Amino acid sequence: MAELLMEVRDLTKTFTSGSRFSRGGVRRVQALSNVSFEVFTGETLGLVGESGCGKSTLGRCLLRLYQPDSGQVIFKGHDITRLPEARLRPLRADMQMVFQDPYASLNPRRRLGDLIAEPLRVHKFGDRAAIEARLLALMGLVGLAPDYLSRYPHEISGGQRQRIGIARAIALSPALIIADEPVSALDVSIQAQIVNLLSDLQAALRLTYVFIAHDLSVVRQIADRCAVMYLGQIVEIGATDLVLHRPAHPYTAALISAVPEPVPGGHRTRQILQGEPPSPAKPPSGCRFHTRCPGAQAVCAETMPVLRAGADGRAVACHFPLAAGPA
Amino acid sequence: MSETPLLDIRNLCVSFRTARGVLPIVEDVSFAIGTREILAVVGESGSGKSLTALSVMRLITDPNAVITGEIWFQGRDVLKLPAREMRKLRGGAMAMIFQDPMTALTPVYTVGAQIMEQIRVHQNISRRAARARAVELLRAMGIADPRDVANRFPHQLSGGMRQRVMIAMALSCDPALLIADEPTTALDVTVQAQILELVLKLRTDFGSSVLLITHDMGVVAQVADRVVVMYAGCIAEAGDVAGMFARPAHPYTAGLLGAIPRLHGAKLARLPAIPGAPPAPHDKPAGCGFAPRCGLADAQCAMRPALHAQAGRSCACWKAAWHG
Repeated sequence: MAELLMEVRDLTKTFTSGSRFSRGGVRRVQALSNVSFEVFTGETLGLVGESGCGKSTLGRCLLRLYQPDSGQVIFKGHDITRLPEARLRPLRADMQMVFQDPYASLNPRRRLGDLIAEPLRVHKFGDRAAIEARLLALMGLVGLAPDYLSRYPHEISGGQRQRIGIARAIALSPALIIADEPVSALDVSIQAQIVNLLSDLQAALRLTYVFIAHDLSVVRQIADRCAVMYLGQIVEIGATDLVLHRPAHPYTAALISAVPEPVPGGHRTRQILQGEPPSPAKPPSGCRFHTRCPGAQAVCAETMPVLRAGADGRAVACHFPLAAGPA
Repeated sequence: MSETPLLDIRNLCVSFRTARGVLPIVEDVSFAIGTREILAVVGESGSGKSLTALSVMRLITDPNAVITGEIWFQGRDVLKLPAREMRKLRGGAMAMIFQDPMTALTPVYTVGAQIMEQIRVHQNISRRAARARAVELLRAMGIADPRDVANRFPHQLSGGMRQRVMIAMALSCDPALLIADEPTTALDVTVQAQILELVLKLRTDFGSSVLLITHDMGVVAQVADRVVVMYAGCIAEAGDVAGMFARPAHPYTAGLLGAIPRLHGAKLARLPAIPGAPPAPHDKPAGCGFAPRCGLADAQCAMRPALHAQAGRSCACWKAAWHG
């Protein structure tokens, strides 16, 4: 894996709620704090974590659907966090998003053909005939019959809607696709179809994915590398097999052991975390995981561990990383 | 199970009168739950699993719903009980928890008050005793500071806490049967693990039977004793969890288990997906509901297969893979 496609440096994003006149004043929630990582051409990077960990916020910051407070997102040599809108627009064609709920992201009053053609028109893809031909090619790519182009979103099933969402995202042949929980609203039998479709498209179109998901098994299936997030920070990042089978961060280990595997009697040595993730509005001092960590020591409450890379290319933010034993 | 089962559903059918005619949603479903048994009903959206659970509680209020069959619970047919009797049963001997605790709790009372209300509707005890019982239940649900939590409103609690409150409320009158409809679907995986532990504890600490409705085969494997797999409103296969996961007899069960990506073990280059999608209620095939998606289907499958039982397993398929 060679070519760098996107580099994220010290990305920080804070949301505020209330005003100085409301009870409690202005509340700040730091959704992302100093997130840094790289995305390489042709790979799939999985972003995993529980709700509220900032994975969706991160995905949106990467496309500047949210304006980050500080830090850089360098995509093909441009820092997109600072680019003026006019110069950002052509780059947007090169980075697209697939959303979790394809029903909410498709306008119910427009035909599917119009919906897919919209990005083509916005980015002046070509004349009517060129767009028509592109639509047919796209339907072939996502495995839908061409007569679906004249239907409305409510006439098709959830899996088919997600295929339309994917067709829209790949319409302009982007280099990068951010997929935010693209299969979590789907039934298992449909989920497998969409996961396979994403893999096929990646191979055929040389796409790069940032795949945001809470389901570790799906991430294992599709991601080459994965990053585990907790309360707005990356706690571990590295090759998927390494991270998911020999986790170094205690949070990663706990997350893995909580996954109910479809194997009866496989009630393995489950380590069940106590409590729930603290509110991102009041993150704990030091290591943000120390309040739930089984191996926390005094230093963990005081000093925030930094993300440090090891010899195996995996980076972990922990004062006492787990010995990388056999899986 | 030679004893009388706690819950015995016989030939349950639920259909709805619509502009397109009468649509059958649940078709001829029969199964039983024994004392202290955890039975999972698993299926995809639209398979009829939730309607089956709602029928047991008699919570289908749509005037266009037509419900036939028998649901025997503690020696009485629930479907024939007068409304008064049914009200005593609900929240008493049978209780239900839902996927989204936020919509099942009222936002204007503290959770303690809501648990107390349920206790006092079913039992003639003082407010003070009811309050003590509510706090005790919250503690049994693994809530560290139950007195404090009892004084809070639902919006002040996290999703996992709200689900614990719901379960505490459901258990307040020592139900013989707890119906849990996707109890962990809205929760994060670490919190889901905590709630599943709690469900397992119900049997040992409260002696309850559990009817668990879920779409997640992982959850089934971790907590259930037996499982009923539903597809397009019918039972495809039923049997004990260990046996069925090891050797599924119905092609749908096999396909479903195969399509789940695994966290451990060998990684497949492609997931063996089931082609197509489940049929809509208004164009279900006349024969086997799964035939249009089934690799084994042939002419015989244009006729609907009956549920055939063999050695503790039952399966509705002409091509069932019976082992041994």
